Amino acid sequence: MSDTPAIELRNISKSFGPVHANRDIDLVVRKGSIHGIVGENGAGKSTLMSILYGFYQADRGDILVDGRKVHIGDSKTAISLGIGMVHQHFMLVDNFTVLENVILGAEGGSLLAGGVSKARQELRHLEEGYGLKVDPDTLIEDLPVGLQQRVEILKALFRGAEILILDEPTGVLTPSEADHLFRILQVLKDEGKTVLLITHKLREIMAVTDTVSVMRRGEMVATRKTSETSMAELAELMVGRSVLLRVDKKPAKPKETVLDVSGLTVTDSRGVQVVKDVSFTVRAGEIVGIAGVSGNGQSELLETLAGIRRATAGTVTIDGETIDLGETPVDPAEMRGKSMGHVPEDRHRMGLVTGFQEYENAILGYHNDPVYSKGFLLDIAKIRDAARSEIEKYDIRPPDCLLKTANFSGGNQQKIVLAREIERDPTVLLVGQPTRGVDIGAIEFIHKRLIEMRDAGKGILLVSVELDEIRGLADRVLVMFDGRIVGERSPETDEGELGLLMAGVHGEDA
Amino acid sequence: MSAGQLPRWVDFGLIPVLNLVAAFLVSGLVVLLIGENPLEAVRILLWGSLGFGEGIGFTLFYATNFIFTGLAVAVAFHAGLFNIGGEGQAYIGGLGVAWACLAFDHYVPWWVTMPFALAGAAIMGAAWAFIPAWLQAKRGSHVVITTIMFNFIAAALMNYLLVNIMVKPGSMQPETRTFEAGGRLPFLNDFMPGIDFGTAPVNLALIIALLASLAVWLIVWRTRLGYEIRAFGANATAAVYAGISPVRVIVVTMLISGGLAGMMAINEIMGSQHRLLLEFVTGYGFVGIAVALMGRAHPVGIVLAAILFGMLYQGGAELSFEKPAITRDMIIVIQGLVILFAGALEHMFRPALVRFFTFSRTPAQQAG
Repeated sequence: MSDTPAIELRNISKSFGPVHANRDIDLVVRKGSIHGIVGENGAGKSTLMSILYGFYQADRGDILVDGRKVHIGDSKTAISLGIGMVHQHFMLVDNFTVLENVILGAEGGSLLAGGVSKARQELRHLEEGYGLKVDPDTLIEDLPVGLQQRVEILKALFRGAEILILDEPTGVLTPSEADHLFRILQVLKDEGKTVLLITHKLREIMAVTDTVSVMRRGEMVATRKTSETSMAELAELMVGRSVLLRVDKKPAKPKETVLDVSGLTVTDSRGVQVVKDVSFTVRAGEIVGIAGVSGNGQSELLETLAGIRRATAGTVTIDGETIDLGETPVDPAEMRGKSMGHVPEDRHRMGLVTGFQEYENAILGYHNDPVYSKGFLLDIAKIRDAARSEIEKYDIRPPDCLLKTANFSGGNQQKIVLAREIERDPTVLLVGQPTRGVDIGAIEFIHKRLIEMRDAGKGILLVSVELDEIRGLADRVLVMFDGRIVGERSPETDEGELGLLMAGVHGEDA
Repeated sequence: MSAGQLPRWVDFGLIPVLNLVAAFLVSGLVVLLIGENPLEAVRILLWGSLGFGEGIGFTLFYATNFIFTGLAVAVAFHAGLFNIGGEGQAYIGGLGVAWACLAFDHYVPWWVTMPFALAGAAIMGAAWAFIPAWLQAKRGSHVVITTIMFNFIAAALMNYLLVNIMVKPGSMQPETRTFEAGGRLPFLNDFMPGIDFGTAPVNLALIIALLASLAVWLIVWRTRLGYEIRAFGANATAAVYAGISPVRVIVVTMLISGGLAGMMAINEIMGSQHRLLLEFVTGYGFVGIAVALMGRAHPVGIVLAAILFGMLYQGGAELSFEKPAITRDMIIVIQGLVILFAGALEHMFRPALVRFFTFSRTPAQQAG
């Protein structure tokens, strides 16, 4: 094994509009190693790998493969450099056989016959060499997911991949399929291949990698030898201490229970349970924070409580009224009617219609309120007045309710959403990632508003992947992992302990 | 203002004009190729459509059809739906008009028949749009596919009805009997003294079309329903978050859209033909798509675009009459080019204009 790294990235930067997906990334991947890259959803892992595979071009920076500086303009170039990729969502033709999929794009001539028989032989070699057993004549649609993934790996190896990138490979696998995958990765490594494993699951990193790099908010924050680090350290690095924000608040004076969730279970469209038997309460005058690495069911929990997603089982009691969500589906309008406000996690996708003028978004979800109608028509003047007063109260800039919402900055857009939800004075407010992509000034403002609301005797459920935010704002912290609430802690609990819980390492009393 | 933003006058004025100029330049080349003088052709086209009362009358008559079908497409656009079944919806709308007229024309004056005919047209057009709407809302069957299929079904159904059922007894023509005075809308000539549209069939339906434009503006921009339609069309996820039911929006929008398309039959059947006959829609439904695109789905733009297409229809007819070398088919080529540039290539000039305006504005912004 030579000392030349298989891949070296220097100062890679990539922006999408104002968003820095990757900022000055340096990365060295040793030949013949399994190198893990961890980070939360949206940390920039997939962008980085897409740059390496030629889907995107970096704005700045160099890529070195085998010590040579290369320009990877498309995936073809990447393949010719020996880089293969197994995507999170498989790129397979369902009604083709394994063999046909493997040779797709590498048929070797306009007549299939020659290429096919050669490929069949080659597949047999790969099978013997790496223990990658798949019947070449089965249709993809007849294969379980684990085997489909194996076909993806075969595809890459067939094209002569020396460096294999796997993007969240276990997301769709059962635990035993995942174990099998890891054994395959070990074999690949023993055969001298280099593996880059992208994931946000720390357990996998600890299980198979030699080296691990941590990404956060588009930056590479650390690289460790796996044997010299721990899940707790990685969790902390992933979530970050970032800006330590002090939130001034008096101790909470919680009163009666306003939201009681019991046995809530949610299954997503793929049939995977994403929220598992979750129970908790929120009292008037307190902020309950849900901490967790993103992708552990918090988003689904919030959306279900807001009435956007259907629950498979569980009851919700809000303000004294119990609804069996498994039996009677609710819709968002109904939940709003029960005095439940919702600041969604993703303001662009869900919280706002960015093509609307500001005042139009100021009534989104409340547009059926008779206050805003005059007979058959909307009372535009009144809506604009309401929007203007919110703009003033929340210091939304520029103070122009006729401006298209897309033209406001992220922080101001978030204020538009918050103003809309808080000013309706709900009994319970669901808040998801209130300060994601928001500048410091706006963060302080938003935190202050939430505390004020709490002190006014409202119940707030806060979901955030920023541990500091949770610790700063919440009066009680629930930690979610793999769809379950794995523990309740006070916000003063030290970060290490919360980090362990978030990584799924249960404490004694969890 | 972020990149990609254009001043409103550019978006709604300059771009359509540029598209139109491009269409006419290419058309001019075509005319030149067949050995005619393009300037002369333009002169005849303008004179034929706007130069004398009858020409104007015909232009407005055609424009009436385009307003209805253009509005139909535009309303669906706002919900992110592409209703290309205006052709069939207008055709079936004719049934509603004919039933009302055939039932009442002997007994009552036209102004009693009219509301029934109007309702019949709207209800039948809406009913024809309902099935694709329902399939889209409940089953996810794409309205583009289903509405275009329903055009064919409508054509076959009307063939059957007119040949076998509704045909005037003893007649060889597949059409109903001619309506009496109680089933005819008055021509504008009749109640607007001092204006002479000659034999042009422009009629009260033009006023109805303008009222419909106003109504569409009110519904889309000034009602809760319109708010829901636009929210759903712009961001379906946010609409669901806001408690808006996608099923309701899709179905209601398509009903309005189909109803508007159906109302086109008022102009043709009750306003001009005075009988139900085969293929009276002849492409107005499809051209409505171009009208809506060119009018940027706004009623004012649609009225203007409808008048433009009315001019092309009427001026084109004059042109092929005056210049035998420029056949009817050539006129369709020119119309096709306008549709191509205004519709399909709508965004051709946009990137360049965006660059131009962002560039020219940057220094000013820095100064301010």
